[in-house]
Amino acid sequence: MTTLLDVRNVSKRFTMGGLLSRRSVEAVQDASLSLSSERPEIFTIIGESGSGKTTLARMILGLERPSGGEISFRGKMVSQRVSRQERLEFMANVQPVFQNPFEAFNPLKEIDRYLESTAKRFLKLHRQDDIDGAMDGALQKVGLSLAEVKGRYPHEMSGGQLQRAAIARALIPNPPLLVADEPVSMVDASLRMSIVNLLRSLRDDFGVSVVYITHDLATAYYISNRLIIMQRGRIVEMGDARTVLDNPEHPYSRLLKASVLSTEDAGAGKLMTDPGMAALASERMERPGSLQSRPDGRLVRVCEEAR
Amino acid sequence: MTQDLLEVDGLKAYYQMNYFGVEREVRAVDDITMTIRKNEIYGIAGESSSGKTSLIRVLAAAIRPPMRIVAGSVKYDFKNGPMDVATASEAQIESVRWKHLSYIMQGSMSVLNPVRRIGKTFEDFAKRPLGLSGEAYRARVLNHLERLKLPASLLNAYPHELSGGMRQRVTIGLATVCHPEFVIADEPTTALDVVVQKEVLGLIREIQQDMGSSVVFVTHDMSVHANMADRVGIIYAGRLVEEGPTRQMFYAPKHPYTAHLVASLPRIGDTAQRPALEGRPPSLANPPSGCRFHPRCPLAIDKCKTEVPPLNNVANDHRSACWRWEDVKPLVAPQQPVMA
Repeated sequence: MTTLLDVRNVSKRFTMGGLLSRRSVEAVQDASLSLSSERPEIFTIIGESGSGKTTLARMILGLERPSGGEISFRGKMVSQRVSRQERLEFMANVQPVFQNPFEAFNPLKEIDRYLESTAKRFLKLHRQDDIDGAMDGALQKVGLSLAEVKGRYPHEMSGGQLQRAAIARALIPNPPLLVADEPVSMVDASLRMSIVNLLRSLRDDFGVSVVYITHDLATAYYISNRLIIMQRGRIVEMGDARTVLDNPEHPYSRLLKASVLSTEDAGAGKLMTDPGMAALASERMERPGSLQSRPDGRLVRVCEEAR
Repeated sequence: MTQDLLEVDGLKAYYQMNYFGVEREVRAVDDITMTIRKNEIYGIAGESSSGKTSLIRVLAAAIRPPMRIVAGSVKYDFKNGPMDVATASEAQIESVRWKHLSYIMQGSMSVLNPVRRIGKTFEDFAKRPLGLSGEAYRARVLNHLERLKLPASLLNAYPHELSGGMRQRVTIGLATVCHPEFVIADEPTTALDVVVQKEVLGLIREIQQDMGSSVVFVTHDMSVHANMADRVGIIYAGRLVEEGPTRQMFYAPKHPYTAHLVASLPRIGDTAQRPALEGRPPSLANPPSGCRFHPRCPLAIDKCKTEVPPLNNVANDHRSACWRWEDVKPLVAPQQPVMA
C-alpha cells in the first residue's frame, strides 16, 4: 500500500504583533492523517471558523509552511523549498477548488481563458486543438462542455455552473488529489447537491481523491469515507464518517451534530441547544489530552484527567 | 382583516433600464399576491436571482431606481395607521421605519460602521425613532441588550472586536430595539457556523415571540425554514409558486419545485443518492413562457408551456401554482427523528 498524501504531526503557529506585544496562535496542533493512492476516497475536514481547517488545507497545498511536522505527497516533502520545475509538477498533482467561484474567476475575462492557461501551463500543450481537447475532456467530467463555456464571462453563469467550471479547471492536469475548501457554502441549496454529487462521481468514476473541507455535517455524511473533526486547531475525533457521525463520542462532535438543523420535526420550531453540551465542549478544549483509539476504529481526543 | 399585518396584491416590480436607446426590463417581482399575519414567521425561499431580494426591498419600502412598482399594492396595517408602499410619501415611510418596519441585514460586517463604537451606532439607529433621551434612552438600550443576553460593555466595543455571531446579534439588537411590528430578516445566518447559526435563529424566534411581531425570514436554506417558519412561501423566477404551513410544505408539497427542494436536502443517517435539479435558474429579463418552471420540471405537459398556472387553494391554507399539483408526490416521507 502506497500513500498518496501523508500528514505527520503537523503544527502551525502564527505570531502576531511586534517586539513588545507578541502573541501567538496555534492554528493547527499535531495533526496527522494519510490517504492511500490505491483507494480513492473523500476525506472530510469538519470544523467551525477558526478551527484551523483552512490552514491545514493551505499546508497540504504547499501555500503555507508548517512550523512543525511534515507533509509528504507520494513520498516527497511538500513543505520543503523546491525548484520551480518540481513545484509545477506538484501543483499539477494537487489542485485546489475554492469557496467562492465568483472570486476564483477573473470577472473581466472569459471563463475558458483561465482553463486554457491551466492547460498550457500544466500539460505543456501548444496546439490549439490539443488545448481544446483537454478543456473539453475536463468539462465533460463535470457535466458541461466547451461549447457551453467558450466565450462566456463569469457573470453569465449561475453559481452552480461556475463552481463546476472551477472544478473542471482543477481537473485539467488529471490530478489524483483535489483540495476543496468549502466548495458548496456559497452555492444555492438547490444547486448544492449537483456539486456534491459531482465530487462523489469524481471519486467513483475517475478515481480522484478529494480533501473536502466543510462545516456542513449533512453533506459530509452524504459523501465522505473518512473524516476528522477539528476544534481550535486540534483534531478531536477521527474515523469512518458514518461511524463517527451516527454516534459521535467527543462532546464537541456531539454539539456539532446537535446543532444541525433537521427537517424531521419541520414546523415544530425546536431551536434550543442544551447549554450543558456547549459548556462541556468548550471546557474540554483547554485541557491537555491525547488521541485514543476505539474498538470501532475511530480516534477520539481524551482528556488526561478524565481517564 | 385584523389578523393580517401586510397584504400584497398583484405586486409587479420591474427594473426598467434604458442604455443608449436600448430598453431592458427585468421582471424581478411578477404578480405576487400574499398576506402576512400578525405574530407569525413567514419564510421566503428561493434561489439567487429568483427575485426574493427585490421582493423584500419592496416590502421594506426601500425602492430605488431602476426598480419601480409597475402594478399592485403593498398595504401595511400598522398601529399608527395603514400604509401602502406603492403610494406612500417619503415622510410617511420615514415615520414607520425602525419603529414599525424594521430590517435585519445579511453581512453584519458591512452593516456596522467599522470606525464607530457599537453604542454610537445604536444612537444613530434608535435615538430618533424611540424619541427618548438621556437616562431613559440608555435604560431602554441596556434593557434590550440584556434581553438579547449581550453584555453592556459591548456598547464601547468596535465591530472588529466582536466575533461573527456577536456582530449578527448586534444587528438583531439594532433592528428590534424599537419593538417593531414587522421585521424583515434577509439571510441573517448564511455566513455563520452551525453552532452559532442555531443560537442566532433561536434568538430571533425568542425575540419575535416576546414582541409578538411578524417576521419575514428570507433564506435559500430549507432546513432553516423547517425550524423557523410558521408558513413558507417559495419564489421561483419572480413568482410565488407555492405557499403553505411549514409541515405541509415539507411532507405534502404540491409543487414539483418544492418537492425537489425538500428532497435534495442531505440528512445525517441517510446516504441514499440525492437528485440534483437539471438546468439553471431562468433569466428574469427573458423568462420562459407559461409556467416558468416547465423547462426543468419532471411533470411538465404541453399546457405548462403556454398557460400560466394560477396560484390556487389546494388544501386548507395551502396554495400552489401548478397545473398538475395533484400528481406531485412528496419525495421524502416523514421519519421518526433520527437524533434522539
